[in-house]
Parts: sequence; structure tokens; C-alpha cells
Amino acid sequence: MGKTFAEKVLARAAGATEAVPGQVLDVYPDLYMSPNASWRCIRTMEKLGTDQIYDVDRIAMVMDHIAPAQTAKTADDQRICREYAALRGIKKFYDVDAGIAHLVLSEAGHIRPGMVVIGSDSHTTIYGALGAFGTGVGFSELTAAWVTGKIWMKVPQSLKVVIEGPLARGSSAKDVMLKLIGDLTADGATYMSVEFHGSYIEGLSVSERMTLCNLAMELGAKNGFVRPDEVTRSYLSGRGVAPDHYAELHPDADAVYVKSVTIDGRSLSPQIACPHQVDNVKPIEQVAGTKVNQVFIGSCANAKYEDLVEAAQILKGRKIANGVRLIVSPASKEIVGRIVKDGTFSILLDAGALITNPGCSACAGDGGVMADGEVTLSTANRNFQGRMGSYKAEIYLGSPAVAAATAVKGVIADPREFM
Amino acid sequence: MTEKIGGKIIKFGNNVNTDVIIPGRYLVSIDPQELAKHAFEPLGAEVQKRLWASQVVVGGSNFGCGSAREQAATALIGAGIKAVVAKSFSRVFFRNCINTGLPAVECPEAAEAAQDGGDFWLDLDAGIATVQEKNFRFAAFPESLKQLLDAGGLIPYIAKYVLPQQRAAKG
Ligand code: SF4
Repeated sequence: MGKTFAEKVLARAAGATEAVPGQVLDVYPDLYMSPNASWRCIRTMEKLGTDQIYDVDRIAMVMDHIAPAQTAKTADDQRICREYAALRGIKKFYDVDAGIAHLVLSEAGHIRPGMVVIGSDSHTTIYGALGAFGTGVGFSELTAAWVTGKIWMKVPQSLKVVIEGPLARGSSAKDVMLKLIGDLTADGATYMSVEFHGSYIEGLSVSERMTLCNLAMELGAKNGFVRPDEVTRSYLSGRGVAPDHYAELHPDADAVYVKSVTIDGRSLSPQIACPHQVDNVKPIEQVAGTKVNQVFIGSCANAKYEDLVEAAQILKGRKIANGVRLIVSPASKEIVGRIVKDGTFSILLDAGALITNPGCSACAGDGGVMADGEVTLSTANRNFQGRMGSYKAEIYLGSPAVAAATAVKGVIADPREFM
Repeated sequence: MTEKIGGKIIKFGNNVNTDVIIPGRYLVSIDPQELAKHAFEPLGAEVQKRLWASQVVVGGSNFGCGSAREQAATALIGAGIKAVVAKSFSRVFFRNCINTGLPAVECPEAAEAAQDGGDFWLDLDAGIATVQEKNFRFAAFPESLKQLLDAGGLIPYIAKYVLPQQRAAKG
């Protein structure tokens, strides 16, 4: 009987010969990621009265959620992290200038096929884009992994998602995922490993793969996965990681899935998640015309280089509508560098965008919040009540192209009008 | 641990997310009491008052979805909640409950039968939930998770069992 990716990778990280769904294993993750909240792990270590660390090189800290600090309290939290990293020799420490952890660690070559990565952030599923197993945990568990090197994990069942491409004009990975989340609902893949297959995936950019795996979380998934291929290898070698530095794990052709679903991307139209749940999804035709006060292009789901270029293609030579705020928060410092160099930055600026420093920004409610009754169209991955300011504000989610078209028109708009 | 835990029920629907349980803006704190003041704030003061007067949170399916914030469990503990019962949980929330010492029990029938303001009792060892004098069975926790709960969560467990061993091994 064949094995899924999750079964193979967890068996490997647990040192077991085999893993079957439902089995609870002691897994030794290859990397422990924590964002701003790292200070909680440090405080917990102090409470435990230990400086025992299983493997300091597996710790990665990125100051991304509130960057730079807004209050003396956050500044102090970040100081704690900075000092601890220096004291313990944590080399994978990235400060407030770096950007969103998920992007920063991928760009730095720390994420490799076949790895198991835990992160005290739910969108740790994103690392599946590079053929790794990434899953979110709480900070107590993360701290426990610092000390013991291990974590208990239940081997998940796997869901096979087959996406047929190429996608219809005006659609992107975001629309695929919103459609899937709408169809399967927010708990459609709870506890499951979601493997992406199908013609759309072949040759797909790492950026789009990241969007797929990132949003797998909104299905309740434990992790997302795209099989590593030439695209993965060339992304990694561009970051100084040669193929002999990792061991790819591929699901077997006869692996057993709990379910298989197919999405036909060739007939897809842009999709919108309406307030206040990510699975409240409608095709754009049904919500076009809804007035917005703010458009946010940001987050680990959709503020990558390719996403900003996609938005800029629509914004080029145009101005955003009167009275609308367009906030663009590039996902990482590297991305800022690239858009400055290739002129995308100026296109966004000339269109009327406010471009912030890299980081989670408005996705974490760090700036860009809304007043009562306001509406934002966001490229992030969550539209929960109160996530961006007032509890009486509304968040709609869409692709970067939808965001750009919406900023131009001042109402939720179909990007195909601009293509 | 044979005694039953439970008390008064506060009942919620499906897909209650952790941004509602504890909004992101309060995550600067890890103090249970402080967090509890803001638990369920998006749903209004009335719901908050009922939360503080309850001991058992009952949810529908996918309870605790969204962010991995452990404070969602901590805030409930601070509000005096003794257990969470739901038709199903988001996986990170479930883990966070166990790891902070808050029993989280998946029992769809009992969650369905539970009435807001009624009583809910759990016998964790036997795997029995009692709602309005009716008993419902649920899968009892495996021994390893029971140990975590008994210790009061993962961190106390490590302090009590793991670190002394490591120290002893070092001699
Ligand atoms: S960008 Fe948003 S979803 Fe991504 S890690 Fe930051 S807060 Fe979480």
C-alpha cells in the first residue's frame, strides 16, 4: 500500500519505519519558528528555570507581527527576543526590518523539501510550497520543543485536491483556494494533510504554491503540500541550497487518500470571501459594486513579489478612486528591494498607494485598522470580525488583481474589466 | 482523577474563531485574568457576563478555528471555564487546550443536547458526559494526554517530569 507525503515525512521525523493515520508519534521537527510571540517562549523558559535547548540551530525567530514596535510593551518584548537570541547564539533571528516570517525563512533557504517545521502561527502550512511539512502549534508546545526537541503529533489522513489548469483569465491561486474553501467549508479538511495535484500545479511558481498551502489552513488543514519539482529546486538553488542539502519526499502513486476533490480552474471566475467567515465565498459577480473604504494588499497569502506585480499591472497609469485608501505592505524586505528596482514601487505609488514597511501590517491589526461601519477589501487570508479594527467593520477577501481593480473603482470590481 | 468536572453551560454555534474568543489586540498579555476580561468581547458585554458565570463552554463544529493563539484557551481558563465541549475542534485550538490544562472534549451528541444555561458534567476517566440527566459517551483521552491534563498542562508537565530527568541524566 502506498504512502502519502504526511505519512512519509512524519515517519522520517519520528525515526519510525512506518506511520499510519491516527497513530500518535513523537516527532522531532527540523525547525521551530516563532514570530513576535517568541518572548512568551523565553518567559516560559525562565519560568521553567532552564537554559537547556535541544538544538539552538533549529530555532528561528522573526519579529514580524508588530514591526516596528508601537508601544513600550512591544518594544520590550522585542528587546527580550533580541537579547535572548544574542545570548543563546540563535543565528536564525530576524529583526523588525525583515518582513513576514514565512517569506523571510523561505527566502533565506531555511525551508527545504522533506523537513518538518512547527511554528507558533497557524499559517505555517505555507512551507508545503517547498515540499516541507509545516504546521501551527501554540507557544507552550513550541517552548517544549526548544527543550525536548520533540512534539506529539497525530498522523493525519490526507485529502487530495486536483486542480486542472491553466486557470481562466483573471483568476489566480487565491481564487482557487477561496472556491475550495467555499465548497468544502472552513472545517472541510480539519486535521488533514492537503496535497495539491493536477495540471495546474505543474510548473507553477513558488509564489502561487505558497498561496495554495497558506490558505489550506482556512480549510482547517494540518499542513499543505505541493510535490517538489524543477521549480522548487531552482528556487532553492537560487538561494544557495543545493539538492544534496535536502531529501525530497514524494507521495506514492497508490497512496491512500480519505477523499479526492477536483477543481476545474479553466472555468473559474474571481472569488470573494464575504464577512465574517472565510468560507462565506461568492463569485465576484454577486458582490461587485460593494463600496469599500480601504484596500489592503498584504499578508503572507498575497503580498509576494508576483502578487504586487499582478496588482501593478492593473494600477499602471491609473489612479485609485477618491476617498479610498490603498495600503500595500510587501511581505519581505527582499520583495521591497525587487519592486524598487523594477519600477513596480513607483507604479503603486503613482496610483495613490500608501506603501508600508514589510511585515504582517494590517493583517495582524498592526496599522491600517478600520472605523465603525467601514469596509476593506483585503488580499489576506482571514476576514474575522474585529481583525482589522472595529468590531463593526467588514472585511472582504480577494486576489491581488481584485484588490487593484477595487482600489481603482472604489467598489468591489472584476479585474477582467482591466485586462 | 475520578471526580467530575463541569457546571453551567454557555453555548455557541459553529465555526467560532479565536479572533472572537480573544481579539488579537490583547495578545500582548499572557495573564489569564487579564485575558479573560476581553474574552468574547466582539460578541458584546452580555455574552461576556454569561461566560464569566459559566463553567463549561459548548461549541458546534470547528470550534476555535483560525489563529494559533494559545491565549484563546488561556482566556477561557481565566474566565473560570473548566472544560470545553464541541461537535469538533480546530486542531490547534484542541492542542492548545490540552497543553494549557483545559480539557477539550469532542462529543457531538452531548454538544447538541446541551442547553444554554443548563448543566454539563464530565467524567474524563470514564469518557461520559452528562447533560440533563442523560449520559453520552466520548473517547477517553489516551494516557499521555491525561498525564498532561493532570499536571495542569505541558509546561508544568515538563517542569515536573522532563527536566528532573534531564538533570539526573547529566548527573
Ligand atoms: S501576515 Fe497575517 S496571516 Fe500571515 S503570519 Fe502575519 S498575521 Fe499571520
